[in-house]
Amino acid sequence: MGYTVYIILIPMLMFLFLGLGSKWLAPRVAGLFGTLGMGVSAALAYLTAWNYFAAGVAADGAYPTVTAWSVEWLRFTDRLHIDMGVLLDPISVMMLVVITTVSLMVHIYSFGYMKGERGFQRYYAFLSLFSFSMLGLVVATNIFQMYIFWELVGASSYLLIGFYYTRPAAIAASKKAFIVTRFADLGFLIGILILSYFTGTFDFGLLTADDASLAVTSLAGSSFLGLSAATWAMALLFMGAAGKSAMFPLHIWLPDAMEGPTPVSALIHAATMVVAGVYLVARMFPLYYFAAPDVLTLITYVGAFTALFAALIAITQTDIKRVLAFSTISQIAYMMVALGVSGMGGHAGEGYTASMFHLFTHAFFKALLFLGAGSVIHAVHSNEMEAMGGLRRYMPVTHWTFLIACLAISGIPPFSGFFSKDEILSAAFGHDKVVFAVLLLVAGLTAFYMFRLYYRIFWSEDRAYEKKPHDAPATMLVPLVILALLSVTTGWLPFSELVSSDAVPYALGINWWIAAGGILVSLAGIAVATRLYCRANDLPARLAAKWAGFWRAASHRFYIDQAWLFVTKKIIFRCVSTPVAWFDRHAIDGGISGLGTGTERVSESIKKMQSGRVQTYATFFMWGVLIIVVCVFIF
Amino acid sequence: MNILSILVIIPLLTLLALFVSRNQRYVRTVAVAGFGLQLICAVVVAVQFLQLRSVSDEAMLLFSDTVWYAPFNIHYTVGVDGISVLMILLSAVVAFAGVFSSWNMERDFFAWYSLLSIGVFGYFISLDLFTMFMFYEIALIPMFLLIGVWGTGRKVYAATKLTLMLMGGSALLLTGILGIYFTSGATTMNIMELARMDSIPMHHQYWIFCLTFIGFGVLGALFPFHTWSPDGHASAPTSVSMLHAGVLMKLGGYGCFRVAIFLMPQAAHELSWIFLILTGIGVVYGAYGAVVQTDLKYMNAYSSVSHCGLVLFAILMLNQTAMTGAVLQMLSHGLMTALFFSLIGMIYGRTHTRDIREMGGMMRIMPFASVCYVIAGFASLGLPGFSGFVAEMTIFIGSFEHADLFRRVLTILATTTIVVTAVYILRTVGKVFYGEVQNPAHLQLDDAHWYERLSAVALIACIVAIGVWPSAVQGILYDSFAPVVEHLNIF
Repeated sequence: MGYTVYIILIPMLMFLFLGLGSKWLAPRVAGLFGTLGMGVSAALAYLTAWNYFAAGVAADGAYPTVTAWSVEWLRFTDRLHIDMGVLLDPISVMMLVVITTVSLMVHIYSFGYMKGERGFQRYYAFLSLFSFSMLGLVVATNIFQMYIFWELVGASSYLLIGFYYTRPAAIAASKKAFIVTRFADLGFLIGILILSYFTGTFDFGLLTADDASLAVTSLAGSSFLGLSAATWAMALLFMGAAGKSAMFPLHIWLPDAMEGPTPVSALIHAATMVVAGVYLVARMFPLYYFAAPDVLTLITYVGAFTALFAALIAITQTDIKRVLAFSTISQIAYMMVALGVSGMGGHAGEGYTASMFHLFTHAFFKALLFLGAGSVIHAVHSNEMEAMGGLRRYMPVTHWTFLIACLAISGIPPFSGFFSKDEILSAAFGHDKVVFAVLLLVAGLTAFYMFRLYYRIFWSEDRAYEKKPHDAPATMLVPLVILALLSVTTGWLPFSELVSSDAVPYALGINWWIAAGGILVSLAGIAVATRLYCRANDLPARLAAKWAGFWRAASHRFYIDQAWLFVTKKIIFRCVSTPVAWFDRHAIDGGISGLGTGTERVSESIKKMQSGRVQTYATFFMWGVLIIVVCVFIF
Repeated sequence: MNILSILVIIPLLTLLALFVSRNQRYVRTVAVAGFGLQLICAVVVAVQFLQLRSVSDEAMLLFSDTVWYAPFNIHYTVGVDGISVLMILLSAVVAFAGVFSSWNMERDFFAWYSLLSIGVFGYFISLDLFTMFMFYEIALIPMFLLIGVWGTGRKVYAATKLTLMLMGGSALLLTGILGIYFTSGATTMNIMELARMDSIPMHHQYWIFCLTFIGFGVLGALFPFHTWSPDGHASAPTSVSMLHAGVLMKLGGYGCFRVAIFLMPQAAHELSWIFLILTGIGVVYGAYGAVVQTDLKYMNAYSSVSHCGLVLFAILMLNQTAMTGAVLQMLSHGLMTALFFSLIGMIYGRTHTRDIREMGGMMRIMPFASVCYVIAGFASLGLPGFSGFVAEMTIFIGSFEHADLFRRVLTILATTTIVVTAVYILRTVGKVFYGEVQNPAHLQLDDAHWYERLSAVALIACIVAIGVWPSAVQGILYDSFAPVVEHLNIF
């Protein structure tokens, strides 16, 4: 399956072509090239998926792990070397399909959305760069290759968030996103250092093979500060994952990242890049499970907390993209929890399958939500709910597709979110009842805030629109319809037959008791939202006034941003960097200059001895002789 | 004649040709021809070196030895291994790019510039302690005039400080070199011979190691002897900053490795912890210092303290991987800082300010220069695909090979700079290049000229080449560290 390497190479070539040629290419031509390139990549990805899954399981009953292509890139020591390669296994093939599909939709959609923008060619070049990096990340054969593309993904995200580089908010957001994720990547890097030192390899094949026995044995002995090396390494890797996947408390960059163009938010900050953390944990899952089970517990609780926390904030936001951003955080946390509660092999690995399944379905309906929101923003030229209402009459296609996505994310059958969410709830139920209860609550909250969003955009009262809003051009509507179709159908895939913790297919039915509970909670959320927001009334305002403290805290995102700002601005900037700079100028440099001026002073004072008077010289001479004589006598 | 000597002769001929040059056009032609030829010669050296190495397993190739002053056993001994070949290539590229970045400079400037190059190339090919030291001094002295005459701001102060501090380092070096010669009882100044004899008594090794390491370390921005760097770089004209940060600071790291560690391995092994602490501080401290700078050149000078600190840090780890990383970092930092300073020169030449608070929206005004700066920034913060990433990762992996907690913890401290670097780079990029145009007068400025573009593109090409294809560099290095590492493995 050597052709798989072209799935990654084509976007890279497109990036170089569009990036270097942006001056000479007409916007339309540049966009067309980018889209065509992505189309070819997507076609190859589908072909890969078809060939891979059609070939079926190997002799041992599991889907094989195929290294389709590999080359040594950099050799550090005899043991450690970075390879660049293409690894195909069920999850990487699934990710190839997800990324190329959403990316292609975004490429098409951007034709309409970004029309007439300055830097249209640059935009497509960056989209290609992102697609290249993300695809390289998922097919990584070793953890260092993953880290390399992980960084590239971060950089392309930085470039795309800061696409409108004259806007101060966009500049600040892009910087914040890069630095926060870089901070998390520090953990990733140190984790890699520890892991590779003890196991002597970066290779996923060796790290995760045979119940991760290599890592389990080599990491077992040593410990640091009371925790084993395995725990440290895996926890640090999770820190990297938490940064990219916006887990609390490293989530602060994601809502701000919405300053980027909306299609970018759909692609990067909803469907693909932000799930890289989940993908990393899934990729390393055997290691987590066998070598560091306590880290899995940590992941479960961090995930459960983040899911609830983000859902609470999402209820109060008024910027529609921010609502979606917090909903993304919450849903990714869902996937994390599913991994955290998962076991290994067969039905015990239900959480693993569920997590990947939710990643798969979420990518499509969340991309749809963002692209729908983009269509709305395109029509009313604002992100604020205040500027919207009653749009269902003006934008029927956007309205219907958005409704489908809302139903999907709320977990209403037969839409895709229902199936994956049910599996997650069921996995959590079997593992930890408290976590299950939190997730169930979050499911209700999700339905509530999504329908709050839906009603306030498409129902509620009509605004006095200056220009009558209308549905977007066809280039934007076609992706919406395609994604809506996917949001309806993807739930019916027999996912456990394709993806499982040990790559052995198994049958996983719907747990109807839990499903019923989930549906009921979601319907309750929708009902409350309908009561509050379907028709304009003053009940929401009264409720907000009644819960003023909570409302204010939640709409300020529980002041986590301020806490971080305090650490960075006040502590690091003012209490570390400024003193360091001062110390350098005054203490160290002052010392050196002092040496200079000291020399000058001394020479100034002793030059008086060079007076030119013979009497003085004779006195010095006499004293000298006297001192020498005395010295000679004494010693 | 030995091809290595041509590397010294070309700048010398350029220097002579400059003296008969009348007008600016002539001066430019001579400078471009001279340094272009030098670049070609450096490439030829590299090719010959690779050819020779496939048939010979000598440590030093293209070797030649001429007696110069017999009573003191001073020879003119030249030869190269993988490390010096890479340094020669780096110097040739940066010097060539520097010519284009100082396109409008006068004849005398280029004359001193050529003299400086004689010193640099002579230093990298020398294997004789005394000749090496002589070339070292030749490289340092012109700096005083280049900054003092053609500099900006407090140029005389900066030039004096820089020269005095580096001369202070030289004094330590000279003592160290004499110490090596007399305590080893050798009748040669040849480094390879001295290393083979390994006859410096242990109690002498300690002080000689400290003297030579600090002596070279001053030029390699060893904390706390680095303060010449911010002032010096800020006052120096563009191409001098480029050459100084890009190449001269590498003389320090190279010397620490070639003399201090190679000849005093036992002392290096035992005392490395002291200098590891100093360099570790320098790495972190430089990065934090850079965060609050408002002058672009100061920021890059502090950034250099951090990046060059990492070079010395890696050398002191005394293993093959970390040392390979050190060489990669020298190359990477050399190219990157040269690029930075050339771009800052472009901006300063037009806006007459380097204060990041007085600029904004440069992306609209000077798109080419701005894009190059963003690329340089990405390279500096260690983005994969650029040389900085490869270098830093090799250093971190190599340093982590040590089993002791002390080195591990220091390595982890050093890794934290990847975050701090991102902070100061993105802060500058956000303030200077993004945003709205701050000063309406800047709207009239033009983008980079062809010669400036040439300089930037050449440097970026090298940075990307190393970043994408690092094994090429490793191919040249191959087992250049073997003599040192074998020496060290005795313990």
